[in-house]
Amino acid sequence: MKIINSDTHIDFMGKIKMALAISGILILVGMGSVIFSGGLKYGIDFSGGTLIQLQFKTAPNIDEIRDGLKSVGLGESTIQEFGSKRDILIRVQRSEEKLEAVGSKVRDSLGAKFNKEDITVARVEMVGPKVGRDLREKAMLSIVYAIIGIVLYISWRFELQYAIAAIIALVHDVLVTMGAFSLLDKEFTLVIVAAFLTIIGYSLNDTIVVFDRIRENLRRKGKNTLEDIINASINQTLSRTLLTSGTTLLVVIALFLFGGEIIHDFSFALLVGVIIGTYSSIFIASVFLVYWHSRKTA
Amino acid sequence: MYRDLKWKIPLILAVVFGAVWLAYPLKEKISLGLDLQGGMHLLLEVKVEKAVEASLERLVDDIKRDISDDDLEVDRIKAIHDGQKINIRMVDTLDLPPVKKVLESYSFLSLSGEDSDGLGLVYQMSADQIKQIEENAVSQGLETIRNRVDQFGVSEPTIQAQGVRRILVQLPGVKDPERAINLIGKTARLEFKLLDEENSLQTALAGNVPEDSEILYQRVENKETGEVTKEPFLLKKRAVLTGETLTGAEIRFDTDFNEPYVALNFNSVGAMIFQQVTRENIKKRLAIVLDSNVYSAPVIQDEIPGGRAQITGRFTSEEARDLAIILRAGALPAPVVILENRTVGPSLGKDSIEKGITSIIYGGVLVVIFIALYYKLSGIIAVTALSLNIVLLAGALAYFGAALTLPGIAGIILTVGMAIDANVLVFERIREEIRIGKTVRAAIDAGFSKAFRTIVDANITTFIAAVVLFQFGTGPIKGFAITLCIGIAASMFTAVFVSRVIFDLTMNQRKLDKLSI
Repeated sequence: MKIINSDTHIDFMGKIKMALAISGILILVGMGSVIFSGGLKYGIDFSGGTLIQLQFKTAPNIDEIRDGLKSVGLGESTIQEFGSKRDILIRVQRSEEKLEAVGSKVRDSLGAKFNKEDITVARVEMVGPKVGRDLREKAMLSIVYAIIGIVLYISWRFELQYAIAAIIALVHDVLVTMGAFSLLDKEFTLVIVAAFLTIIGYSLNDTIVVFDRIRENLRRKGKNTLEDIINASINQTLSRTLLTSGTTLLVVIALFLFGGEIIHDFSFALLVGVIIGTYSSIFIASVFLVYWHSRKTA
Repeated sequence: MYRDLKWKIPLILAVVFGAVWLAYPLKEKISLGLDLQGGMHLLLEVKVEKAVEASLERLVDDIKRDISDDDLEVDRIKAIHDGQKINIRMVDTLDLPPVKKVLESYSFLSLSGEDSDGLGLVYQMSADQIKQIEENAVSQGLETIRNRVDQFGVSEPTIQAQGVRRILVQLPGVKDPERAINLIGKTARLEFKLLDEENSLQTALAGNVPEDSEILYQRVENKETGEVTKEPFLLKKRAVLTGETLTGAEIRFDTDFNEPYVALNFNSVGAMIFQQVTRENIKKRLAIVLDSNVYSAPVIQDEIPGGRAQITGRFTSEEARDLAIILRAGALPAPVVILENRTVGPSLGKDSIEKGITSIIYGGVLVVIFIALYYKLSGIIAVTALSLNIVLLAGALAYFGAALTLPGIAGIILTVGMAIDANVLVFERIREEIRIGKTVRAAIDAGFSKAFRTIVDANITTFIAAVVLFQFGTGPIKGFAITLCIGIAASMFTAVFVSRVIFDLTMNQRKLDKLSI
């Protein structure tokens, strides 16, 4: 069975302008949304705050929950369904350093409107502002460290210009995924950073397979221009690229559909990341290789 | 021709059986993270500055004693908490030299200044001493919390220091998080303080609190209405006796009303002080104070020998039992606050496992069908390698004692998707080689050797990202990073080494003109 015919010769390099335009629009729209909504929407991991997941025996009325919560004095809170009508997620900006169990306090305060026995506190996450700041810093650093490590490795195995092209491609992927998150009003949490690092790793995996072929083809270059070689390399690796992305997408979709509410955003990030990563290793990374080459020879 | 199969096959079998042995039975060998089995993750911060403050106050008491032991008289000695200083005010400049002499015995105090009128000295606590107090506060706090948790009875708790002043507590499977928080976080500073009966409580409440006294409250809860009132007490600041001299605390029941109370035992020093204090203060009231809350303030009827006391306070028996545990384990040297609390109920954990496994099965089946259809016989080889990959992953998780978390399950799923990549790279190469007219055997040789470098380069970059993730991640994320790392390593072994051996085995048995790929 074949997806791609062995004599496929798609002129990828000829479509560079279109690709750049698409990427440009995706990034502009995404970043525009980030700026328009006043920065990324941090989850409690980074902003500090409290998150309480309650499970009710029967679907509750959210307004009644809101009323019931007034007596606890939690301050500004958002209440929403989480996966099903019986699962309710309450988010509060404030975090409490005091030694008390917020979960049972909330459950108690709902006792007036609901039967307390029908409410289970499924999950409580409280992150203080200090820890939030720490985690934010750590997350930033980890992405920076990962990029530095990867640049070093690729420059060692290939050349610096390959490393830079690969980094541009992965920054592209991260920006597009971030934009998608902002557009869909999804929160940025620790787990999402983990997803981003995975996307970085995955996107590079793809890029390197293409680069490897470019390097190999450059050795017996003959009269071909770099553009021809890149085109040939992408075509030669195309069926692999699509196959691997395909299998990875299959599992990520399975995760997205059946993995449950808690890792829903995580699998969403991977879903977007894998698609964008595949696209960028074909178009974005090689574009910059050609660009550098043309500057060198000009 | 394939003589090296003689060692390759036993090696593979050894690795696989090793992994199975390590991971079987799964339920016992692989521990679940807090997010999957339910439990509590608490990050506490020790308020070390409070320990320094307390230490400074004790120092003031010591200096006062030394000065009066030397028959000297000073106006007053006061701790200045902002800057960890002690200020000593003299009555007469003549007292300066002898007081300075007394202070010389405190090696960690240095004279840092004098008041402008020449009647006051300011001593500064050394930075080393402050650092030591802070370190002790954390290490003792850790020890105390460990003691409390041990007595509470949680299986396999994690209690460890994190950074300079933080303590991480993880209690898997804990059923009553509220109780656990109270047990872990209460400072439990027990003090006996005499009531200040020379001054009026009313004047003090109006804002005129005498310098050596303080107002503390007793919480009185009306059991019928649930209404809480606070009753004020004017107490001497200085504690006549503290919990440090406790040797035991246990729950007892009042014979008349069957109400629970906590019985206390003091060591010989404590007993002596208690006896002396009760003898000297008959008909006065002594308050029992825990963490600045008055529990009771009985009138001393008679001298109490033998070092025994009790705390009453309308406890439920659970409250009394927990209080006894806390007092037995000792007070925290400084209060703690909660920086981070992540609690997952057991039902949610179970739900997450089920969903995770469902997605592994669906994802896995889809990939297997796809690959088998696409590469036919070779696809079956790839699928075999993939299954081995999961076995190795399970073995490695068990070997490293890494807990499986929800993101960890996601890591496994991702590995399933990505591990097939190495096989795809090889197979596509073999196809290419066959297309340019190579024999089956030559094509397999060339395919594996040419794809190998690509596979290494591509996997190492993902590996770098995963290692960084492991370094930075906490809890569940670490679980994700570790499955990803192991998955990548295992996929190189199974996809490159194992599938090669299977190919060779097939070739060994019959000469193939055509490869099913």
